[in-house]
Amino acid sequence: MSATADLGTGSAGGAPGSTGTPEAAALAIVPGRARSVRFPRSPKIIIGLAMLGFFLILAIAGPWIAPYSPGASVSTTNGVPQPPSAAHWLGTTQLQQDVFSQLLAGGRSMLLVAFLAGTVATVLSVVIGVTAGFLSGLTDDLLSMLANFFLVLPALPLLIVIFGFLPSSGGSNDVLIGLIIAITGWAWGARVLRAQTLSLRNRDYVDSARLAGESNWRIIGYEILPNLTPIVASSFLFTVLYAVGTYTAMAFLGLVNPQHWSWGTMLFWAQSANAEISGYWWWYLPPGLAVAFLGTALALLNFGIDEFINPRLRAAGLTHKRVKKYATGEVPRRFTIGLTPVVELREGERP
Amino acid sequence: MRVIGRRLVFYLITALAAITVNFFIPRLMPGNPVEAILARLQGQITPGTIKSLETQFGVRTSEGLFGQYLHYLNNILHGNLGISTSYYPSTVNSVIKGALPWTLGLVGVATVISFTLGTLLGVLVAWRRGSWLDNALPAMTFFQAAPYFFIAFLALELFSTRLGWFPSGRAYNQLDFPAFNVSFAGDVLSHAVLPALTIVVCSAAGWIVGMRNVMVTTMDEDYVLVAQAKGLGKRRVVWYAARNAILPSVSGFSLAIGFVVSGALLTEIVFSYPGVGWILLQAVNNRDYPLLQGIFLIITFAVLAANLVADFVYVLLDPRTRQEA
Repeated sequence: MSATADLGTGSAGGAPGSTGTPEAAALAIVPGRARSVRFPRSPKIIIGLAMLGFFLILAIAGPWIAPYSPGASVSTTNGVPQPPSAAHWLGTTQLQQDVFSQLLAGGRSMLLVAFLAGTVATVLSVVIGVTAGFLSGLTDDLLSMLANFFLVLPALPLLIVIFGFLPSSGGSNDVLIGLIIAITGWAWGARVLRAQTLSLRNRDYVDSARLAGESNWRIIGYEILPNLTPIVASSFLFTVLYAVGTYTAMAFLGLVNPQHWSWGTMLFWAQSANAEISGYWWWYLPPGLAVAFLGTALALLNFGIDEFINPRLRAAGLTHKRVKKYATGEVPRRFTIGLTPVVELREGERP
Repeated sequence: MRVIGRRLVFYLITALAAITVNFFIPRLMPGNPVEAILARLQGQITPGTIKSLETQFGVRTSEGLFGQYLHYLNNILHGNLGISTSYYPSTVNSVIKGALPWTLGLVGVATVISFTLGTLLGVLVAWRRGSWLDNALPAMTFFQAAPYFFIAFLALELFSTRLGWFPSGRAYNQLDFPAFNVSFAGDVLSHAVLPALTIVVCSAAGWIVGMRNVMVTTMDEDYVLVAQAKGLGKRRVVWYAARNAILPSVSGFSLAIGFVVSGALLTEIVFSYPGVGWILLQAVNNRDYPLLQGIFLIITFAVLAANLVADFVYVLLDPRTRQEA
């Protein structure tokens, strides 16, 4: 098993080294700086955050600013979808519903499900992954087996079976949908966290904490978890991304109540009216692009964090121009210290 | 070989667990599964439907839950997945058997193409690190993040509706009679291009990024520096590094294959491709639960088999795994 425990993404085994580096120590010496956490500022992270912020605002405000009710027929002309016009910015559907309103109204359900699933799955993966990595032996074997089981199980067919048997009232409950998706989405994070915990467990500072007589829970909470923060963040984003795709797919298949508006539901209606063959691009393009851009935002953030965990993945620092500037001292080297305050504060300093 | 043995045991346990999950899901839902299904069918009930459901779920038998479970296991071991309610009186087996070759062909070929292409491109991007190719990475995330079926929509609109280069759906022309000759093969190929293209475009990005990330790390290793210091050509050095960097991609295959299969099922639905994804949609629409569960099991087994193959390849590629055992 251990031979295949590495992950292809490079975020797992790569370089756990962002923690005990001299840069971190150097920063810690400066008094009063240890608490000011500086987030990594790569363009990927900034663009990703900006896009995500936009979608969050859309999710909160969308249903209120939508000009029409998403399910209402706004004109009685005929049964043919109308292309975009001044009255209907993104055209109408076959039932003469306003596509723009549907798009605005559908974001809330999507983000709610995605972030709920991401949060629940991340909590599960931290609990299971860190426990498995910290307590070795039988506990580890059993928990790893559970995680691997959920990893190899194809999630979509499993979800289809679960959703298929769900009573119809459950098909429009965002919380329930999020929880079900979380059950199938925690395993990846748990595996990565377990691998990293295994590597942290035998570090000197953990040993010294153990020698000092600290309890297991204290060691996990104060020594190990803070150093896992970037990986937890990355696995959270990954799971949210997964939930976005999965929820869209479920709605697209009609397994979520089709009257429960989300971007996936819009695609479901477009598909059932053959919009893609009939050339009604204004019907399926907006929800599809919305899902794709939401996904891109999450993936960009994830890339940024990956590069932060493993600085060798960064491309920017390596262009010839930059290297030359570094060599001549034209650009002062600035170390970005990341999401985790690495240095453990002394007892008196903790607020 | 102990590594393979251990993996084999794990996959067997996983398969058993999948069967168990499949057995319990309908029973966990409130009420009698047959009644629940009948309530959802709303009037489309034939005596055959009721009978096949009762056989499926072991209702009206005197067996307890454990007895039902053993019965179910026994059925599956004998390859009996029950009777489809929507294709009554066909068995689930025969329905899936008709669809499976299309899916295996499409997904298999597309996965091989995407893995090869993605890995090679990943090497290229890592080799030319710092060049304009790095800017292509965020663009690739778009394809990775977009749902497969959305990309399928776009491919249909562009290449079928607008340009008319490829047919818009199905696996072969309806007027064409399936036969082993050149014209039919050409017909099948032209129908497969768009679905395969969709799967490749969506899944290649993951391989590219994965390979690039490992490759970048590998290029910093000492032995690569030694190879360069010895004056080996750049291509030769990259080849040495790439051989080592591909290992995590192979072991990450188990993560990827589930995603690819799930995406491929949705792609088939958009293209009305008569594979497993298409009958999955029929099963969902007709509330054909035996078929739904049968498809879940078959896909799970296929994914497990693909994983086992990946494990074999890994052991062949990496001598360390053989030594360790």
